[in-house]
Amino acid sequence: MLQLFKFRGGVKPQTNKTPSLGEPIAVAPLPTRLIVPLHQSIGGTPDPLIAPGDRVLKGQRIGGADGWISSAVHAPTSGTVLAVEEHVAAHPSGLPTLSVIIEPDGRDEWIARTPVDYRSLAPESVREMLRDAGVVGLGGAVFPSHAKLTASKTVPMEELVINGAECEPFITCDDLLMRERADEVVRGIGIFRDLLRPQRVLIGIEDNKPEAVAAMKTAVQALGENFEVIAVPTRYPAGGAKQLIRVLTGKEVPAAKRSTDLGVQCFNVATAYTAWRAIAHGEPVISRIVTLTGNVERPRNWEVLIGTPLAEFVALGQPKPDTNGYLMGGPMMGFEMPSDAPLVKATNCIIAGSPTLFPPKAPEMPCIRCGECAKACPHELQPFELYWFARAKNFGKTQEYHIFDCIECGCCSYVCPSRIPLVQYFRFAKSEIWAREREKKAADTAKTRFEFRNFREEREKAEKAERLAKAAAAKAAEKKAEAKPAAEAAAGALADAPAAQAAAPTDAEAAKKAAIAAAMERARQQREAAQPKNTEALTPVQQRDIAEVDARRRQAGIETPGEPSGTADANAPAAPAAGSEEARP
Amino acid sequence: MDFTTPPYLLKNASVQRVMLQVLLALLPGIAAYVWLIGPIIFVQLAIASLAALAAEALMLKLRDKPLGLFLGDGSALVTAWLIALTFPPMAPWWLLVVGVLFAIVVAKHLYGGLGQNPFNPAMVAFAVCIVSFPALMSQWPALGLGLSFNQQLDIVAGLAPRVDALTGATPLDAIKTALKLGEGSIDVPSLLANQNIFGNFAGRGWEWVAAGYLLGGLWLWKRGIVGWQAPAGFIAGLVLIAGALWLWNPAQFANPLFHLFSGGAMLGAFFIVTDPVSGCTTPKGKFIFGLAAGLLAYLIRVFGGYPDGVAFAVLLLNICVPLIDMYTQPPIFGMKGEK
Ligand code: SF4
Ligand code: SF4
Repeated sequence: MLQLFKFRGGVKPQTNKTPSLGEPIAVAPLPTRLIVPLHQSIGGTPDPLIAPGDRVLKGQRIGGADGWISSAVHAPTSGTVLAVEEHVAAHPSGLPTLSVIIEPDGRDEWIARTPVDYRSLAPESVREMLRDAGVVGLGGAVFPSHAKLTASKTVPMEELVINGAECEPFITCDDLLMRERADEVVRGIGIFRDLLRPQRVLIGIEDNKPEAVAAMKTAVQALGENFEVIAVPTRYPAGGAKQLIRVLTGKEVPAAKRSTDLGVQCFNVATAYTAWRAIAHGEPVISRIVTLTGNVERPRNWEVLIGTPLAEFVALGQPKPDTNGYLMGGPMMGFEMPSDAPLVKATNCIIAGSPTLFPPKAPEMPCIRCGECAKACPHELQPFELYWFARAKNFGKTQEYHIFDCIECGCCSYVCPSRIPLVQYFRFAKSEIWAREREKKAADTAKTRFEFRNFREEREKAEKAERLAKAAAAKAAEKKAEAKPAAEAAAGALADAPAAQAAAPTDAEAAKKAAIAAAMERARQQREAAQPKNTEALTPVQQRDIAEVDARRRQAGIETPGEPSGTADANAPAAPAAGSEEARP
Repeated sequence: MDFTTPPYLLKNASVQRVMLQVLLALLPGIAAYVWLIGPIIFVQLAIASLAALAAEALMLKLRDKPLGLFLGDGSALVTAWLIALTFPPMAPWWLLVVGVLFAIVVAKHLYGGLGQNPFNPAMVAFAVCIVSFPALMSQWPALGLGLSFNQQLDIVAGLAPRVDALTGATPLDAIKTALKLGEGSIDVPSLLANQNIFGNFAGRGWEWVAAGYLLGGLWLWKRGIVGWQAPAGFIAGLVLIAGALWLWNPAQFANPLFHLFSGGAMLGAFFIVTDPVSGCTTPKGKFIFGLAAGLLAYLIRVFGGYPDGVAFAVLLLNICVPLIDMYTQPPIFGMKGEK
């Protein structure tokens, strides 16, 4: 039996999973229209490949990946493209994002699907196939999977961790997927294994899902694989990629590193499933399993087409009359979804809320430094210190206290007796740091421009002075020439004048060069004098963090100052990324 | 929906619940106290509570804070009870009120209210009163006098003269005085053998009050309200220095057990050095805080001029908290073994 490790902290909220486990996965009926956002993964926004009026087939690519960290998007059913336009996204801000609106024709007509035997292909082509099939991390972070399937050249790949923990309360989609389709999940893991060639494959499932564990064990055995299926203790956030890696391998991946640097990679079970469907059946990611639960009459899991409008989807569960909103994701890290937004690849669960299910929060009290938050933090941070510093807008200190290691899991807010929305403060601090970094960059650019203008003005001044000097010299020479006796003038002036003229430009050239050099030196000195003390300089690692946090923050709906809504990337509902797809527990 | 940020699910926790459990944990000690001195302690607890709530309400009003929310949080009651339990049981009512007012108005609210006070309010009250009213603060009732509740009440209310009944000394004081008077001719073991004053292992009767605090403290630890670090540190500090001196010269120094169950040691270990607001926050820091407080408390109570040293020790350590915390930040996930 494998030795399990522990991660510190964590909490045990009520799991509330039973209601949605009662019935098997059902296929949701075709909605009246589909709204498919083009940007559904971390990274670039795919370019639209169709135009309004086009007829599309089920599985037809409608958005092509625009880079390596980007993933294709497909038509979920056959029908007509009504529009390619901005539409409210599954994103707390409700910011619009470029989406393809499709009216289904009801025939659900597939493109020609070509199953392939991936073993006969070069790894490179397999990765490209996955990208073009839109395979992304379905644990919630939607990081393009193909981009995680290249082993590090320097560090041997020791463990491939498969995340079936599903630690967030209410969510059961992975549980049912493993129970009902374990065979294909295991086959999908096989693809990842063949691409990464790890020494071991560890499948972690929380021990409150014995059926899933059993189903996966049976499937692994039936397929003759040597994957280890491991029941891990139920404790939120055991399904966070870093926590699961810790539990199964004992390795701790800090914020500053990628898991591959430590010889580990982690994928979600649903991702493995879609990878198998994509390769072995030629079916791109056009649907996913979504738990519909909470304040509904019929909680259960549905296989839903990506792009199904939220309103049409929740109607399937018959929400109770006092329902007052819908959460996308779990109650620990999810967010309230705009009612006219569509379901996307990141949507693992929709929870209908009600005042009884999620009562209004008690008023915030001052921090009593009880340290409960620190005890609960899986990253072993001191949340209350971060909170004091964030409140005081002392962002340098928040970085000293590792704010970028915070995964926003919410454990600290969950336990705080003073009901302080700690996570909110941390998001605020992160966005402020990020905004300042941008401002600094902008200021640097402005400074360079300013310095150049100074330099140019100096140069022009110097040149003007030169011209004047030259003119004066020429005049003086002329006068000299005139002063000479007329007798000499006949011969002398002819010889002298050109000489003076020749001498003047040479002098002028040298003086000009000196003046330019002097101006540049002055500019350099000014620049040095103006250089701020480098208190806000960030390391490349921190800059990368900031970029990732930015993505997460956009997911969280916190508007970033300096990035007005409506710019190309502001309207992209990027999901959170902390370097790996399963960053979200 | 009425909620805006995750997590939407919250644990059933509140400041009020925490404070309530601290009050509950004091009950075993209070029960022993009643058995020893009589129900007068209830009167003192009530006086302190009323004064604390009134002062709290006044300050909240002046500071324009929501009254209901903060009055109900229970933090003022904890302070009040700790003051009532550390003051002499028959202290005049106004002394208690002065102590409580000082704790709530000055030590708590002038520093910013709940969660902001760098000093433990109850210990501030004790220190201020023992410096300002040393005589009154040292009048402990001699045991076994059998004063009736009414007589006690009269003394507290100031209606009866503060008589001989109050000249009893605490066991800690008794040893100190005896050693001073005896000038080397008296040794501690023979003193401690006098069960009339020193009971079975510490001070007669008081040892059981201390045992009550220990019981309540262990319950708090079990409930996860206090960590083990600060109490363990405090007890370790006290036992370490008491044990070392006792081993070196048992004739002049009382044994560690005596010190542990005398004066404010047990109350201090579980209810004072564990105060989250004025104490350290890192696990290591909590232990260091407790350890240093234990050592200092011993030094002050044995070599200093005051009957007990817990209050001064804790106040001194309160000053060091930011420093200790800064140097004891634990390594975070994934950064262990790195600097
Ligand atoms: S749990 Fe809340 S009250 Fe306690 S230390 Fe943390 S932030 Fe402060
Ligand atoms: S949200 Fe951040 S600080 Fe709070 S418990 Fe999670 S990782 Fe720690």
